[in-house]
Amino acid sequence: MSLPGFPEAAPLAGLAGGILIGLAAAVMLLGLGRIAGVSGLAAKAVGLGGSGIARGGAWMFIIGLPLGALIVMLASGGIDATFASPVVLAIAGLVVGIGTRLGSGCTSGHGVCGVSRLSTRSIVATVTFMATGIATVAIMNAFGLEVL
Amino acid sequence: MRTAIISLVSGTLFGAGLALGGMTDPARVRGFLDIFGDWDPTLAFVMGGAVIVMAIAWRIVPRLAEPIFAGEFHLPTKSDLTPRLIGGAALFGIGWGIAGLCPGPGIAALVIEPASAAIFVVAMIAGMALVRFAEGPSS
Repeated sequence: MSLPGFPEAAPLAGLAGGILIGLAAAVMLLGLGRIAGVSGLAAKAVGLGGSGIARGGAWMFIIGLPLGALIVMLASGGIDATFASPVVLAIAGLVVGIGTRLGSGCTSGHGVCGVSRLSTRSIVATVTFMATGIATVAIMNAFGLEVL
Repeated sequence: MRTAIISLVSGTLFGAGLALGGMTDPARVRGFLDIFGDWDPTLAFVMGGAVIVMAIAWRIVPRLAEPIFAGEFHLPTKSDLTPRLIGGAALFGIGWGIAGLCPGPGIAALVIEPASAAIFVVAMIAGMALVRFAEGPSS
């Protein structure tokens, strides 16, 4: 199914993926009483603070991410993905790493878990990173910087 | 052991959801952020689906004396809006916009395009380490 006016969009796959992400976060919340925030769990796994979960648990969650993607990849026969060049990826990764620690979360912790909890901090963080993300893409496009 | 299994189940569901929803493709994520260009609204459906399920989960929390597989809830309690939070979120958004990757999809993509995803993930951990060493272990 496609969305009128947006031939590239995949609304049903998006919604199904989103429901799975919500279930994943609900398993963490109702099962272990914790937030499924990827940046905090990643920081915890590599020994850089972050989530209060046991380090082994943080590793298991992080290992699950590529495992889940692998299952979808095998079941669907492949996943389309276009990545930026190594230099661009390195710069972006560094900025994302610094920003998520200073901002105490990313798209999962603030965007999914915090927004659904109606946390003011998370709503402000989400509006902020959406706005700067939109501005970054707009500015890069204005200067003709094609990274993908 | 229970923590490990539940965490693995959650992470695997999460990674599957990211891949199914197209979030492991930076082109789709940047397409969502490109509201002044050729906008791709898919990410809004991903976020919407996830937020709806989690909004239900949050309503169940007060009915539970404790989590199903753990002794107590460990939920964020801070409510103050600090320059650090807003500045950090702003920086994160810039990095997200540059390459179309945030932490979850970056890690999940290690099986889709290993070399590219690994560069992003290693740089992200370096960024986290910079904050840690600049501020000390108390942060």
